[in-house]
Amino acid sequence: MSTEALYQEIILEHNRKPRNFREMRDADRTVEGRNPLCGDALTLWVKLRDDAIADVSFKGQGCAISKASASLMTAAVKGKSRAEAEALFDKFHKLVLGELPESEHASLGSLRALAGVAKFPLRVKCASLAWHALHSALSSGGSEVSTEREGPEPPPLEGA
Amino acid sequence: MTAATHRPPATPFVVRRADFPLLAANPDLHYLDSAATSQKPRAVLDAMVHYYSHDNANPHRGAYALSARATERYHDARARVAKFVGVRDVDRLIFTRGTTESLNLVAAAWGRANVGAGDEIVVTALEHHANFVPWQQLALAVGARLRVCGITRDGRVDLDQLRDLAGPKTRVVAFGHVSNAVGTINPVGDIAAIARGVGATVVCDGAQAAPHLPLDIDSLDVDFYAFSGHKMLGPMGCGALVGRRAILDAMPPYQTGGDMIEYVADEASTWNVLPHKFEAGTPNVGDAVGLAAACDYLAALGMDAVRAHERELTALATERLLAVPGVRVYGPPPAERSGVVSFTVGEIHPHDLATILDETGVCVRAGHHCAQPLMRRLDVPATARASFYVYNTEADVDALVAGVERARQLFA
Repeated sequence: MSTEALYQEIILEHNRKPRNFREMRDADRTVEGRNPLCGDALTLWVKLRDDAIADVSFKGQGCAISKASASLMTAAVKGKSRAEAEALFDKFHKLVLGELPESEHASLGSLRALAGVAKFPLRVKCASLAWHALHSALSSGGSEVSTEREGPEPPPLEGA
Repeated sequence: MTAATHRPPATPFVVRRADFPLLAANPDLHYLDSAATSQKPRAVLDAMVHYYSHDNANPHRGAYALSARATERYHDARARVAKFVGVRDVDRLIFTRGTTESLNLVAAAWGRANVGAGDEIVVTALEHHANFVPWQQLALAVGARLRVCGITRDGRVDLDQLRDLAGPKTRVVAFGHVSNAVGTINPVGDIAAIARGVGATVVCDGAQAAPHLPLDIDSLDVDFYAFSGHKMLGPMGCGALVGRRAILDAMPPYQTGGDMIEYVADEASTWNVLPHKFEAGTPNVGDAVGLAAACDYLAALGMDAVRAHERELTALATERLLAVPGVRVYGPPPAERSGVVSFTVGEIHPHDLATILDETGVCVRAGHHCAQPLMRRLDVPATARASFYVYNTEADVDALVAGVERARQLFA
């Protein structure tokens, strides 16, 4: 797998000019997403109207994969209901883990540009950082999330 | 890079890549992460296999010839490692799992007995977390104050600030001999003299020095010196702590159990002599034997030659990387660094850079290098770090620079 396949033009372009890259003063939910091992850190703001994501934005620092993924995510979930956004996360997660059938890639729209991440297991956590932050914003009302347990290593055994 | 700027090495050095099975099996690999861990020569692997094939038993215990032989192998390993790092009183070298355990031993066993409420502990902002967090946690536990000495713009310990920080309350000054993140070689004598001036105990983290510099610990005015075997061609899981004998004798043990006791009554116990007092449980003989073989390998190359070789590669890599637009190299000039080049390339995130370099077999570290206090002061979230060792050549520098150029084109 070449790095050109990972760093597709759309990813490089979203890294250069991330969409919805701004603070939101009247957000309903704010979440800090961190990837302590890499130093990736982003803040995600979400504004809800009824059950839908009226607006979503982010700021922070990180690698091209995490930044582009966050940018693509904000564009993809704006206007979606919570359930739709969660379903999209589920599908996206399968995509970056290499578990989504090829036939379903097209249904992800621009997000499928991140399919190459599946061949770089160490970068799965970069691609999913913003999504974990969104999940936290929608489910628990917002708290700090970390993706350190994402990727090839299994999480520590409970009570081991 | 021009011929005019490339000086011939001061000491002739023959790179024997074929001695390293992993490198020999992967001819296209450019392993530039030796500051994280080194590759192992066949001599080290053979020594360990030989030990387990011929001499393995639990040392210090059995009344039979095989156990006596294992005991002898272990003592012999200690003597060879001690000789290599310049320690004549062999029994003040304690085998540990590595630098992290060595420093935790000092902070826990010596620290709890000697640092109290209101005392001060001085560390530097250059430290690896292994020489930072144990002191921070000790300070929190006993009510002492951790003071962090700042750095200069080019990544050296700010000695003026250290003089200001050190005072009558300072119990210990802990610092790295060589910075893992940017490669700064610190002036051990100057730092120790400042610590001595206020009567503080001196703790030196030598994890990045023992593999790369000629070392004579006896001539350094330090109370504790820690290093890891796996960064100096030895196996993972074996390193050492060298302590001043009087201090080791006076301080309580770190772990208790087998081997480290003299007499165990129901109510209390007495401790074995050095080094056993600090080596509870069955010792890691196989890895100690491997580390001794690594020391022999390095001694045969000659540490002056190793240093000269790394200095050449570091200077060459720095010069060629700086010729690439957008590259920034951190730390002091190459001659004052160990074989480490810590750098960033324009706006390209170091993790993206490392992924792109990996495609052509170039292994570099990207991140904060377990030195977050330093990265905050350098005001950079992460850097890429290339680090050189005895098996690296100019071809590795070529591959590194070519990879950086490719990354620039991709992210242009």
